[in-house]
Amino acid sequence: MFTWKKMGRVFNPVEIKDRSWLKEFAQAPCTLIFDDFVRVYFSCRPPADEKGQYVSYSAYVDLNRKNLMEIVSVSESPILKLGVLGTFDEFGTYPVSVTRHQDEVRAYYAGWTRCESVPFNVAIGYAVSKNNGKTFDKTGDGPILSYSIDEPFILSGPKIRRFNNKWYLFYIAGKKWVLDNGKPEPVYTIRMATSDDGLNWIKHNKDLITARVEENEAQASPDVFFYQEKYHMFFCYRHSANYRGKENGYRIGYASSTDLVNWERDDTKAGIDVSSEEGWDSEMISYPHVFELDNEVYMFYLGNQVGKYGFGLAKLEDYRP
Amino acid sequence: MKWLKKGLIFDPAKNNLPDDCIGFAQSPQTLVFDDFVRIYFSTRKKDAATGKFLSFIAFADFDKNFTRVLNISSENVIELGALGSFDEHGIFPINILKHQDKIFAYTCGWSRRVSVSVETSTGLAISDDDGATFKKAGTGPVLTSSLHEPFLVGDSFVQVYEELFHMWYIFGQRWKNAEGNEPPARVYKIAHATSADGVSWIKEEGKQIIADFLNEDECQALPTVTKIGNRYHMYFCFREATDFRQNPNRGYRLGYAWSDDLLNWKRDDENAGISFSENGWDSEMMCYPHIFQFDGKVYLLYNGNEFGKHGFGIAELESD
Repeated sequence: MFTWKKMGRVFNPVEIKDRSWLKEFAQAPCTLIFDDFVRVYFSCRPPADEKGQYVSYSAYVDLNRKNLMEIVSVSESPILKLGVLGTFDEFGTYPVSVTRHQDEVRAYYAGWTRCESVPFNVAIGYAVSKNNGKTFDKTGDGPILSYSIDEPFILSGPKIRRFNNKWYLFYIAGKKWVLDNGKPEPVYTIRMATSDDGLNWIKHNKDLITARVEENEAQASPDVFFYQEKYHMFFCYRHSANYRGKENGYRIGYASSTDLVNWERDDTKAGIDVSSEEGWDSEMISYPHVFELDNEVYMFYLGNQVGKYGFGLAKLEDYRP
Repeated sequence: MKWLKKGLIFDPAKNNLPDDCIGFAQSPQTLVFDDFVRIYFSTRKKDAATGKFLSFIAFADFDKNFTRVLNISSENVIELGALGSFDEHGIFPINILKHQDKIFAYTCGWSRRVSVSVETSTGLAISDDDGATFKKAGTGPVLTSSLHEPFLVGDSFVQVYEELFHMWYIFGQRWKNAEGNEPPARVYKIAHATSADGVSWIKEEGKQIIADFLNEDECQALPTVTKIGNRYHMYFCFREATDFRQNPNRGYRLGYAWSDDLLNWKRDDENAGISFSENGWDSEMMCYPHIFQFDGKVYLLYNGNEFGKHGFGIAELESD
């Protein structure tokens, strides 16, 4: 059982006034730790176009390492360019997950394209930074992890990890599109791939987390960390229909594992839920990212409307295996 | 190579095609039986929702001389994909491989995009009824985009040589921006992958195996390979990237290459041994070739003018 103390909202994108590409949303936080600050990557959007469609960029905010509630700076430009005509990431790079490797920083991100019968498709791309994670360059126009027989569409939400000298990529894959009042909505589940070099991946080809709230539960943000002799996964899940409000919207779930392959889900141990008082995280919480810093464990997470108004922080108060 | 043209053998307007078919018999490909040849092709119907075309698979069984149609498929040979799938808006073409006691189909699935017209990937399906119908191995593709093959993977053609599965296919290199009346135009090239089981494939990742003849924007499609003696022969079709639909000088024609090791291919269009007729159904365009061996002879199926709107014809190899 985890017990978290909410520290409040850290970053609200709506308050940023001088960046045309950063108007709303600060989604899917992911950290890179420096000596004096913690860089938190997130994905954001300029205003929607005349058809109400968004593109999404990824960027970062640097927080004071000694006080994570204090913003030191915000990136001047997106960290990644959108893809060229017809490519998988032409309309968005969201979310992004980073890790240091030798003298570079590697980013694994979800790239978005637009489709005719369904609104979008997503595949996982790869980019490298040689300037400490300020900007990233792609190594090819295509995705590094794409569709396969049992993962037909929507490969998204990558989280890159290294355990026991092996690379692990936790991500989600679409299972089917279901119609909610005639509108296509994707169902996706949490998956995993492994690699010796972070470039060539072998898919595990299994769902890691059993659905709980309904057969068509959608799961996202599989955030894995090793702590006190176990692997812990915080993730988020939602209903398949009418999920943009409080009742069926995202919540944070939890599972644990000793081998990274077999996971035992027990959402009652997550220890974090929507706030009972009206506020930025009173309707939904999602996209958890857990990390250790200076002998403390923290979680970044999104609030209402899947991070439209930013992300907040919680600090681990107590953990009982 | 020297081919004897035997003319158009299947005209969709003169045959009873299934469903709400509105013509086209594109990319003919064979499954050879002892005493007849089943020729699969893609035909089209209108998508009720959008008014756009949906390509789907049918077949016609031919007698040994390809002069008589014995039977035409009446049921759905293979279903199009469900909402959001890679093959939701069409299957075109289909390649059949009989290997040991199994019949595999490698499909090119189409789904529509917004900024560009389409995306394709290769699917896999299996038949348990001698090729009458096929069941998909899964909802998703067996070969698709990757780091250096960013889109438009398709047109797969598979053969087994020396116990290894070889796939020749195409991948998109780039989409050229819209210009004037031209929508965004794709550029694609022929590539090669191998597999031990026909299911899991290893690509050479962005490697174009057939040299360009026209220019770097040449579009190369539908590779087909057969072995005669110790030499492998490949036919394919190629065209300019733009203004290729109406302008016969820029449209599809047949290309040819050969290899003695399956690694290095020598492009040799001069020796293709087949080209446009002076007039008639294949006088302005030739495309979607399919080479196969039957009853001790080598044959080439192909489409003619207007991308196969008027059906397909056959040629017989006289000498190599």
